[in-house]
Amino acid sequence: MNAIIQFTNKLFKHGLSSITEKNSLNIGNYDVYAFNGGVHPPEHKSESTKLPIARLPLPEKLILPLRQHVGNLPKLRVKVGDTVLKGQILAEAEGNVSAAIHAPTSGKIQTIDDEVIPHPSGLKDLSITLIPDGIDKWQPLTPIDWQHTPKPELVAKLRESGIVGLGGATFPTHIKLRTDGKSNVHTLIINSAECEPYITCDDMLMRERAEEIAQGIKIVQHILGAEKCVVGIEDNKPEATQAMHTVGESYGFNVKTVPTLYPSGDARRLIHLLLGTEIPSDKRSTDVGIQVFNVATVLAIYRYFTFGEPSISRIVTMTGAVQQPQNFEVLFGTPLSHLVKAAGGAHKDTTHFMMGGPMMGFDLPRADVPISKAANCIIASTPQLFAPPPPAMPCIRCARCADACPVNLQPQELYWFAKSDNFEKARDYQLFDCIECGCCSYVCPSNIPLVQYYRYAKSEIIAIDKAKEAADMARERNDFRLARIEREKLERAQKHAERALAGKEHADVPSSKNDDIKATGDDAKKAAIAAAIERAKSQKATAATSGETPKNAAPDNPAIQKEIAEIDARRASVGLVEAENSKPTTQADDEKQAKIAAAIAKAKEAKALAETSKENIAEANISNDNLATKPNATANADAEKQAKIAAAIARAKAQKAAADASKQQNDIEKK
Amino acid sequence: MNRSPYLTNAPSVSVIMLKVLIALIPAIIAYVWVYGSAILVSLTLATITALLSEAALLKWRAKPIQPFLFDLSAVVTAWLLALALPALAPWWLVVVGTFFAIVVAKQLYGGLGYNPFNPAMVGYAVLLISFPLLMTKWPAPMSLGQAHLGFSEQLGFIFNGLLPENILVDAVTSATPLDYLKTQLMLGHEVTSIATSPIFGKVGATGNEVITTAYLLGGLYLWQQRIISWHLPTAFLGALAFISGLFYLINPAHFANPLFHLMTGASMLAAFFIITDPVSGPTTPRGKLYFAAGVAILTYLIRVYGGYPDGVAFAVLLMNMCVPLIDALTQPRVFGHSS
Repeated sequence: MNAIIQFTNKLFKHGLSSITEKNSLNIGNYDVYAFNGGVHPPEHKSESTKLPIARLPLPEKLILPLRQHVGNLPKLRVKVGDTVLKGQILAEAEGNVSAAIHAPTSGKIQTIDDEVIPHPSGLKDLSITLIPDGIDKWQPLTPIDWQHTPKPELVAKLRESGIVGLGGATFPTHIKLRTDGKSNVHTLIINSAECEPYITCDDMLMRERAEEIAQGIKIVQHILGAEKCVVGIEDNKPEATQAMHTVGESYGFNVKTVPTLYPSGDARRLIHLLLGTEIPSDKRSTDVGIQVFNVATVLAIYRYFTFGEPSISRIVTMTGAVQQPQNFEVLFGTPLSHLVKAAGGAHKDTTHFMMGGPMMGFDLPRADVPISKAANCIIASTPQLFAPPPPAMPCIRCARCADACPVNLQPQELYWFAKSDNFEKARDYQLFDCIECGCCSYVCPSNIPLVQYYRYAKSEIIAIDKAKEAADMARERNDFRLARIEREKLERAQKHAERALAGKEHADVPSSKNDDIKATGDDAKKAAIAAAIERAKSQKATAATSGETPKNAAPDNPAIQKEIAEIDARRASVGLVEAENSKPTTQADDEKQAKIAAAIAKAKEAKALAETSKENIAEANISNDNLATKPNATANADAEKQAKIAAAIARAKAQKAAADASKQQNDIEKK
Repeated sequence: MNRSPYLTNAPSVSVIMLKVLIALIPAIIAYVWVYGSAILVSLTLATITALLSEAALLKWRAKPIQPFLFDLSAVVTAWLLALALPALAPWWLVVVGTFFAIVVAKQLYGGLGYNPFNPAMVGYAVLLISFPLLMTKWPAPMSLGQAHLGFSEQLGFIFNGLLPENILVDAVTSATPLDYLKTQLMLGHEVTSIATSPIFGKVGATGNEVITTAYLLGGLYLWQQRIISWHLPTAFLGALAFISGLFYLINPAHFANPLFHLMTGASMLAAFFIITDPVSGPTTPRGKLYFAAGVAILTYLIRVYGGYPDGVAFAVLLMNMCVPLIDALTQPRVFGHSS
């Protein structure tokens, strides 16, 4: 009866949608806020929690990829042959979003070369190979008195620590602690849900080092200025929960148990579970005053500030088909084979090694890839453990995927859109909110690799967006260029017209308009004009002689010769009129002529070039700009310009010819 | 390549279809008890026709036969159609209906997962339009039958249309309550007097109400097995009860009570087995509510005002047409987005 009343109340309060929302999570026993869907795969965690965390013996060599984090490649600070101490910086953070790489032990840099990295692609990336000297000697360490150091300085220090998000996201930690005043973080969430099957590194860390974690929480809370801290742990880790709860009481943070339901360890899902806050899709958690840190990251921060130890190792769960699954403290760069050996070796059926959990992890390309900052778990994979999926059947629209989706997407619709390359629709249905957790594939009766379709659609959309952006930019640039050419042409024409008008008025002055001017003045003026005409004539003569050179040097292309002849003709006619009119215009006229010639040449050139490639346009554009920049007043300079124009024309024609030739060749080859 | 997740835990399509078939077994047993064993012959005929036509079409479409034949979806279609047809329907009616359902409504649209219309209902509607007389001629339940047919006599009737010499067709068949109600109302009788006819059982129709209860049981099993969600049956039965209750309240003399509408005709079959076909139905929770309510209202209107005694098939097909629109308009709010 109560249930009916509750149901009716809910219906009246929240409308129809409240009863249609799928809440598969029974939240009766938990003080948490449920999210839609989620799945509960077999946990397989107890295998690797039987033994405590073990320290791995020093391997024979360490391979340190420079890119172990999200962001810029760090800048190398060592060279081949250098001897380094443990904790010494090998590469420093480049730019803000970047993280440093430190020597995990003392030894000698053997090579700095491309090595296979732990990435599904199997590609190589720049890595430092360090041969340990076996002494394992630390460089002098300087702890930081975090309580009495200004916060910006602490953050700057963290940038040198090499600490990144150890939950697997590998986002540089110092950025999450930036105190730029933009966000006001009031709540710190410690993510120790560890919802993926098989992984137990955070579990073991909390069991064994709860006190250090609590210290780390204190530091992070201090830097963020967060008054509140909640630690979220899934209810399948009672020992860890107990340990954290004990220290939590004295350190003043809250430990909350969340139901074992994948993917409760996803930051946005965990925030919702613990606080009931739904982070808007287009915002970060810090925008609403919440910051999330992985439990191992917090511990690394503690060790850095308290002992000065940079990030050189992490806890890795080595599990799956190995003799003795266990957690190990592994130096970054340790070859995977070394770790497998420490776990008693892999089963003979092992086909490959998986990094991360079985829901979001990936197959490693080789067994000797180095352990990187992202490697929280390595699973020796056999066909018995992870059977290859049966062939996919068509989607029967059962919507089990929608029931399981923690983001409340409609995976069956997204699949349809992705499959038919209907990317706009996929975007409309919020494809980019998909966290690729794999719940949809996990429950699909038709065994459709849904997540692969979403990855494909996302990458396609990103590629299309990039191409579109580039095309838009190119079009904009071209439009701008055409507009500028047009504008310059207009400006020149306007100037020309103005000057021509000014010159006429000037010439008219003595005869028509100013009759009252005295004869003596007139005479003086006439004399001046005559002198000016003489001067102009002589100048023109010089120009004509020196102008011979470009004319003769012009290519024997009739079109160009005709063009130049036209320019000359116009120039001559303009010059004649102006020379007869008055003196001051002559020099300006020369300028104008040069400009006109340049403009005509440019126009022709542009036309010619439009038929050739874009690079050629850019190149010609530069030379055009050079031509147009400094109009020289003297005829000599004018002649120079003409020469340049002619040369430019010749170049353009030559380019066009070359382009045509290559095009013809291409055509022939095609044929 | 990154091909995670590496784990799956889902019943295959075959298992889902198998559970639907299991859920139909109580209704089949009830059917045999009410109308005799002839239904088993119809079911076998329909199954064979479905599998043969499915295999032939798959071969013709150059698709792998084995996985699609063993997904059992064709068998589910065949059984649903056979159960919807009148008992003692001639063999060729079963074959033609099943053939049309599988070949035209399913395979020609692209096979499993691609049919916009419920194949069993397409087959039913085609038969209803083409052979209206045969499709409305139901045998009287055995408990009422003036003439009682043995299994061999039923077989003779199905395959040859022949009855024993001493029995007339009218003695074997009778109008269904829905049909009878409609014709009697048109003659100006009142519901209360019409319902005194022996073909009206305790709540719906003699015999048929047992089968209907068996469908309900099977449906609850499917719900318990999480093969179907509660949305569709609840909204269908709720809306049907609501609209029939509304009309009943307005004029009890002219409209039958809600319980009658829930327990007669194909109401329960539709609620748990027909409208729950995932392929031709909506996928969003809210969409399922609208879809099922739409089917219920159309069913009622066709029953009361339409030209056919029952309206489930046409109601389902009409609502199938609206599915893309319903899905598009009822998208749930995505996490982190405002509605």
